[in-house]
Amino acid sequence: AFFWLLSLLAASLLWFVSVQLSGREDAALLLLGAAAAVLLQELCRFACFKMLKKADEGLATLSEDGQSPISLQQMAYVSGLSFGIISGVFSIINILADSAGPGTVGIHGDSPYYFITSAFLTMALVLLHTFWGIIFFDACERRHAGGLGLVVGSHLLTSGLTFLNPWYEASLGPIFILTLCTGLWAFGTAGGSFRNVLKCLSCK
Amino acid sequence: MTELSAHLPQFQHGQLTENFPETHISNTNDNSERRRHDNSERRRNDNAESETNGQPQNNVQQVVEQDEEEDEELTLKYGAKHVIMLFVPVTLCMVVVVATIKSVSFYTRKDGQLIYTPFTEETETVGQRALNSILNAAIMISVIIVMTILLVVLYKYRCYKVIHGWLIISSLLLLFFFSFIYLGEVFKTYNVAMDYITVALMIWNFGVVGMICIHWKGPLRLQQAYLIMISALMALVFIKYLPEWTAWLILAVISVYDLVAVLCPKGPLRMLVETAQERNETLFPALIYSSTMIWLVNMAEEDPEAQRKSKSSTYDKQAPASRTRNENAEADDGGFSQEWQQQRDNRIGPIESTPESRAAVQALPSNSQTSEDPEERGVKLGLGDFIFYSVLVGKASATASGDWNTTLACFVAILIGLCLTLLLLAIFKKALPALPISITFGLVFYFATDNLVQPFMDQLAFHQFYI
Repeated sequence: AFFWLLSLLAASLLWFVSVQLSGREDAALLLLGAAAAVLLQELCRFACFKMLKKADEGLATLSEDGQSPISLQQMAYVSGLSFGIISGVFSIINILADSAGPGTVGIHGDSPYYFITSAFLTMALVLLHTFWGIIFFDACERRHAGGLGLVVGSHLLTSGLTFLNPWYEASLGPIFILTLCTGLWAFGTAGGSFRNVLKCLSCK
Repeated sequence: MTELSAHLPQFQHGQLTENFPETHISNTNDNSERRRHDNSERRRNDNAESETNGQPQNNVQQVVEQDEEEDEELTLKYGAKHVIMLFVPVTLCMVVVVATIKSVSFYTRKDGQLIYTPFTEETETVGQRALNSILNAAIMISVIIVMTILLVVLYKYRCYKVIHGWLIISSLLLLFFFSFIYLGEVFKTYNVAMDYITVALMIWNFGVVGMICIHWKGPLRLQQAYLIMISALMALVFIKYLPEWTAWLILAVISVYDLVAVLCPKGPLRMLVETAQERNETLFPALIYSSTMIWLVNMAEEDPEAQRKSKSSTYDKQAPASRTRNENAEADDGGFSQEWQQQRDNRIGPIESTPESRAAVQALPSNSQTSEDPEERGVKLGLGDFIFYSVLVGKASATASGDWNTTLACFVAILIGLCLTLLLLAIFKKALPALPISITFGLVFYFATDNLVQPFMDQLAFHQFYI
């Protein structure tokens, strides 16, 4: 979470500076800021990975049987989840606070579905961050550049799709499909398979 | 020669045949018949000795290494556990403060200032305001420094009664008066009708149980809860009565002072800690939050080893290595303790008597049977730390334009700072100031989030863009 906040800080600094320099507030600048934010987030995810890897090695050398008590996959899950939580919370908490107060949604001509779509989008984003975390760490561990590229690419794609709001069909739909696919991919990366699922469901 | 070669395989087979060469050597040493035999025996002797000595040496070395590794491992494990043990109360305190600030408007209304911050911030020019806030902060800090030095002097000259009296009066004030005001304001906010008799009964019970719990004996959880509550009350008072810039300045200067006071050889807090260590007593019967209750018992005893052995029936699972480490660590001021200042938190209040107290752990020899495993020693964190963390987060939630984002960012920053501090504690194993790192992170994040992140997130949320 701390790392995500750092990335957000850096991104906003960039955006702020660019706004000041250009002297006007523009959607284009916002796009630039958002893209920078995505890239910085991925960078910070990488930094998180490096730090956790080092901590993992330290724990492994100190533990009794040479194995660290937390597996890298668990760390990937936790880090992805924390990224997701903090990003989701930052996205939605002001909206939640406002929703508890008086007012009408979309009275000025915006979509009346603002709250509910925000909720769904945030949920998708949290899940996506978790999945991205798992895939990212796995790709870094195995030095699989393709995985890395796909994670960054899908993040950019998601963020870009949200720019199509309020054309919700075009943004929500694809984002959910992307979430599902990423989820399946992460599940596969983490070692799950169809057989595992069956075994789990039919738990004897 | 054939004899030699016959014995060699046995040497090579190692440990199992340890005894054989020794007995053989002793036998042959006794019969020193021929020189050739002697030489060969001596060579075998040397071999055997080197082998048998090598093994015990290896064993000893291994044991030592294992001990060190176990120590480090235990250190890290303890570190992680203690971090978690401290996260919960700090979070609870902050949650209480933020919840109150958000709901009860009393604590965000400007109802005047304390006598310790006489300069107002409602000035015409920015320069004047800056000057005033600097003066306010200077006065407050000097008050705190004076009180700390006074406390240290009292402690050094063994005026325990005075200190006890001071702490009792402060806890009385906090537990009765401030909570009465708090309760009143909460009732006003939620428009709850209440009669004086019920209120008197509630406050009386709350206060008396609090006094008993904090200054005498009580269940650990209840004591911790009370400490959290009075820290929150104190933080709320600070948030209400300190003007904006003064508050931020005070936070910044306090962390610097903390650093200086705890780490410099002549710092008051360090002298306090060292004096307490010399006298082998508990630091203070108040003002420190501790996650467990036991170890002070051992500190006060003449022979902690014997004491622990006497209750070994409950603590059998301890390894001797960790026991000695515990002892050493306790002689070193109990390893994981952090001290904090007391007064600064207190010199506020309409009455000049100084509200001090929060009490942490009492040396309760009679409780030694029921106390936990000394391995579960727990960390101690000064209540002042709680208070200032909560002040930071509370101010962030009260006055930030970014509202919840800023509050959250400060919260995460403070927790990470606490993590880092505890990590350093696990490495250095001596009293460390808990404020600087957390407050620095918190301040950086507050100002950055409020001014930089907030407009960005606002714009994004306005268009419903997600990053």
